[in-house]
Amino acid sequence: MDTLRVLVVDDELGMRHSIRRALRNFTVHFPEIDGETQFAVSEADSGERALELLGNETFDLMLLDHKMGGMTGLDVLEAVRPQEHDMLIIMITAFATIETAVRATKTGAYDFIAKPFTPDELKVTVEKAAAHLLTQRQAKRLAEEKRRIRFDFIRVLGHELKAPLAAIEDYLRLLCDRVAGDQVEAYDHMIERALIRAGGMRKLIVDLLDLTRIESGQKRREITQVDAEEAAQAALDGVRAAAQERGISLDLQTAGTCTLRGDRGEIEIVLNNLVSNAVKYNRDDGQVGVELHGDDTWLKISVRDTGIGMTAEEAGKLFNDFVRIKNDKTRDIEGSGLGLSIVRKIAQLYQGKAVAESEPGAGSCFTVTLNRHVEAEDTVDAADAAADVATHV
Amino acid sequence: MAKRILLVDDDVDFLTSTTMQLQAAGYEVVQADGVTNARQKLGSEPVDAAIIDLMMEEADGGFSLCFEMKQHDPTLPVIMVSAVTSETGIDFGAGTDEERAWIKADAFLAKPVRFEQLQGELDRLLKVSQ
Repeated sequence: MDTLRVLVVDDELGMRHSIRRALRNFTVHFPEIDGETQFAVSEADSGERALELLGNETFDLMLLDHKMGGMTGLDVLEAVRPQEHDMLIIMITAFATIETAVRATKTGAYDFIAKPFTPDELKVTVEKAAAHLLTQRQAKRLAEEKRRIRFDFIRVLGHELKAPLAAIEDYLRLLCDRVAGDQVEAYDHMIERALIRAGGMRKLIVDLLDLTRIESGQKRREITQVDAEEAAQAALDGVRAAAQERGISLDLQTAGTCTLRGDRGEIEIVLNNLVSNAVKYNRDDGQVGVELHGDDTWLKISVRDTGIGMTAEEAGKLFNDFVRIKNDKTRDIEGSGLGLSIVRKIAQLYQGKAVAESEPGAGSCFTVTLNRHVEAEDTVDAADAAADVATHV
Repeated sequence: MAKRILLVDDDVDFLTSTTMQLQAAGYEVVQADGVTNARQKLGSEPVDAAIIDLMMEEADGGFSLCFEMKQHDPTLPVIMVSAVTSETGIDFGAGTDEERAWIKADAFLAKPVRFEQLQGELDRLLKVSQ
């Protein structure tokens, strides 16, 4: 159970004690914030004593009497500057004049409670302040978490771009120094590797732009009737040369209605990513099978390969940014680590999801479900999903 | 006679460019793209020094290999290279005897490695081991 520390500042002993009694066994529960919250009361018999305590300790709430001998409540408020303390102040006063109220609010008091008050009135006021404080703290934590995620993303992105660039620079320097003498094949190999790494950087940048476009929601999505079979055929045509070179067969099966309301570009990104992965991570002489299955509501796209596969744990992580399964079977395969993350985000735009099933050594099957009837204005959930991840970039 | 250097890294580009430079500098290079591959090659081709990447597909593969080689021949110069420092900001090296005793390597260089520096360390360690 969380405990909020309350400082009661009043020169009347009776008032301090009745507040302590009222809050002794009082707990509050806010459904949006986990767990119950209780209150621990400390007392100060003057404004001066309150400031002394605040110098050494932190409190979450302050119940502050206005009319005291020595410093008044407003004097304390001005000296404390509650904004700097992550603390809410409730003024207690028998003379709740407009003038005092305005001055106190300007100086940062959160609420008022007028004397005399019942224990229940006090509890309502304290509960309201506690809810405000805890919600504010939670919002701050979430903002920090988002900032951290964005920071991590940029850090990893920086590294993912720096590594190939360093390799390319090394090769150029070696070419410049004619380091291999007259061995022409050595130069060919270096040029080939430099081009492969440059291609990897290009793919990363293209994926990053796709991701930014989907997440920012700035580009108008053009929702039309999209033929997924046509897009699947185009994706397969795109990899046919690479597949043939490695003896990989390509197959497309359809069932039901394979059209949907959607943005053609997005559907193409999904199919291109899944199909190119299925070829890249396949074994020589393997198979790639694309299945489209449409019912009244959903279009299911499954892409199956006979490749290296992965463990359930690896499959679970796969849809996150920059996750690439690193082992001796994947080391020569270039990839940005963003492709499946993009696929998942597009699936969310269509109220669907993306899942991977796999067995190491046997192959993988990636399935994406998309709602066939999502209109641009329906994608409120999707906009939320996008906003949720927009902080990534 | 040319000194024979074992170069172990799963990063094909580091392997390629470093090999070129070592060869141009007059060394003979035995390449290995991983720890298993390195162990196989060591069986048939004795080397005068080794350059090993710390992080390969087996997370601490470089450490284990370095440890094994040092157990077999404590005088064999081993240089560890790693991008760990630049990737994570964790700073550890083989600056003191204590660190060297822990890492077991004779020198530790952060990637990206300047070849001149690598060659400097290699020449220094080869001279000491003679």
